[in-house]
Amino acid sequence: MTDEIPEIDSASGSGVPIRGNDIDTDQIIPARFMKVVTFDGLGEFAFFDQRYDENDEPKDHPMNEPQFQDAAIMVVNANFGCGSSREHAPQALMRWGIDAIIGESFAEIFAGNCLALGIPTVTADHDTITELQDWVDEHPDADIDVDVENETVTYGEKTVDVTVDDAQRKALTEGVWDTTALMKSNADAVAEKAASLPYVDD
Amino acid sequence: MSEGTLYDKVWEEHTVSELPTGQTQLFCGLHLIHEVTSPQAFGMLQERDLEVAYPNRTHATVDHIVPTSDQSRPFRDDAAEEMMAELEQNVRDAGINFSDPTSGEQGIVHVIGPEKGLTQPGMTIVCGDSHTSTHGAFGALAFGIGTSQIRDVLATQTVAMEKKKVRKIEVTGELGPGVEAKDVILEIIRRLGTEGGVGYVYEYAGEAIENLDMEGRMSICNMSIEGGARAGYVNPDETTYDWLKETEYFQENPERFDELKPYWESIRSDEDAEYDDVVTIDGSELEPVVTWGTTPGQGVGITQPIPAPEDLPEEKQDTARMAQEHMGVTPGETMEGYEIDVAFLGSCTNARMPDLRRAAGVVEGRQVADGVRAMVVPGSQRVKAAAEAEGLDEIFKEAGFEWREAGCSMCLGMNEDQLEGDEASASSSNRNFIGRQGSKDGRTVLMNPRMVAAAAVTGHVTDVRELKEVSVA
Ligand code: SF4
Repeated sequence: MTDEIPEIDSASGSGVPIRGNDIDTDQIIPARFMKVVTFDGLGEFAFFDQRYDENDEPKDHPMNEPQFQDAAIMVVNANFGCGSSREHAPQALMRWGIDAIIGESFAEIFAGNCLALGIPTVTADHDTITELQDWVDEHPDADIDVDVENETVTYGEKTVDVTVDDAQRKALTEGVWDTTALMKSNADAVAEKAASLPYVDD
Repeated sequence: MSEGTLYDKVWEEHTVSELPTGQTQLFCGLHLIHEVTSPQAFGMLQERDLEVAYPNRTHATVDHIVPTSDQSRPFRDDAAEEMMAELEQNVRDAGINFSDPTSGEQGIVHVIGPEKGLTQPGMTIVCGDSHTSTHGAFGALAFGIGTSQIRDVLATQTVAMEKKKVRKIEVTGELGPGVEAKDVILEIIRRLGTEGGVGYVYEYAGEAIENLDMEGRMSICNMSIEGGARAGYVNPDETTYDWLKETEYFQENPERFDELKPYWESIRSDEDAEYDDVVTIDGSELEPVVTWGTTPGQGVGITQPIPAPEDLPEEKQDTARMAQEHMGVTPGETMEGYEIDVAFLGSCTNARMPDLRRAAGVVEGRQVADGVRAMVVPGSQRVKAAAEAEGLDEIFKEAGFEWREAGCSMCLGMNEDQLEGDEASASSSNRNFIGRQGSKDGRTVLMNPRMVAAAAVTGHVTDVRELKEVSVA
């Protein structure tokens, strides 16, 4: 099973800027859209309450603008994805078309959920991000290349350094981000561990 | 790097292997599941033809979508019914114990785990819900996981994680009258920020924490995640052990208590443990804290002025401006007097017996203010029954509160209990994000349960300490 997992060394595509700190998972996917037993179709509900008013009329939001419809790289600010553990959040973004997110910082569970889907979450400082967001506004059709292996982002004529968490980089570039198979192969060690714990009595 | 802390010891104790990614494969002592985040994981398991590896170490309940009024089946809401049916099917197929609404022990997952004695010191506990941090109150290492990780745990009973740093938060002194655990954690988040805990696990210590009952410790650990920390814990002590003795598991297996106690003692942080960071807060200086904004870090003491955005650090100014506009609050004023439409006493932060008792103490002999919709949603069926045995339900009902069935309810508005339009709610829950309570124009003010009771009877945010004096005089 492990050999089916692709190695993800990079991601590229045009960008979409989502500005603001502390953008929480309730904004990314409101709870009422989570009453589903599969993740299929969540894409259209990403940022729903930011994108539509109470009559479902579109509001001003980058994800509603025609020039960003093909975006694959989201550029965000600090503490993105804070709040609940719902994997529905990165699932919705992924199904909308996002392949990688560049931001100032990410909430941990959110970043972990992204990793489990093979979506890199790379970080850079405030000024770098702001500059990139402004650039994306001016160049909505131009590609951004996220090089996970070498921890750089290239856009226009420019290449900037970014940070990719060590474990995330390894997992993505070595194709071991799907942990189920990997851990399943240690079943004997798991059983031994269970037996050694004083509170496990079954 | 930390050394000799409970976190280090429990981590070590549960390490199965080091993975090629540099992550640790960690054994999960207890896996709690509920209806919202598990169905997709069961689906993934089926796709790969895998089975639940340790059904005995897995426990299910239903909390997010259950109606808290009419629970007869099928549920009125088709989507809720479908999720419930899916969970029933999954647990039946896998042989997982399920505290369903007919069991008398259903409730919010973070309330029932401790009640049943499933939650124990020195365990690793995971659940597809960020407030799993609650269980850290017992000296367990407990954290929320995403759905792909739920799949991992179902298939292997292990999870891949990176070790975090440990920050000790020492709350010294004695809390003043009217100041509760909820105020302590709101203050911690206000000071350290909603992302202050990213990369850390929080160890809560100090006199003010040690003096708290287990429910208070749970309220604090519960909101670790609002402070950015994925887990938080309190070292187990006699308060913990006394509580454990009363739980279902140790009532049924009293011999296990003495067998396990040496282990619990052994995983306490050493006196000379090393921490990556230490923060000290003087608990005696605190007052009831309420939020003025739309993140849990935007809090203020009830007698203190709401900050002007320009007085905040630059990176917080925009969020503060938007929050103040959404909430309709004015910098320089206090939150006292902020009118509310709804009072919500519930959630895994504050819907346990002592919370309800304290709130009932404020409500007794008073009436819910005109135009205010007030509701109590007990954290579990056990809490509900215990409260009824003490007559708390009568106190609330006589005052004009709705007395509901156990569930998450208006904490996140996934069932029928939701804010409407721009209603403002005084809420004992943990998140005031825009849209959290079901209406995107809704306004949520977080506070401790007695403060919620006070707001319910006055119709506006009220310093419960003043209210008390008025009634005594
Ligand atoms: S009560 Fe609220 S925070 Fe707690 S588990 Fe339910 S929805 Fe989550």
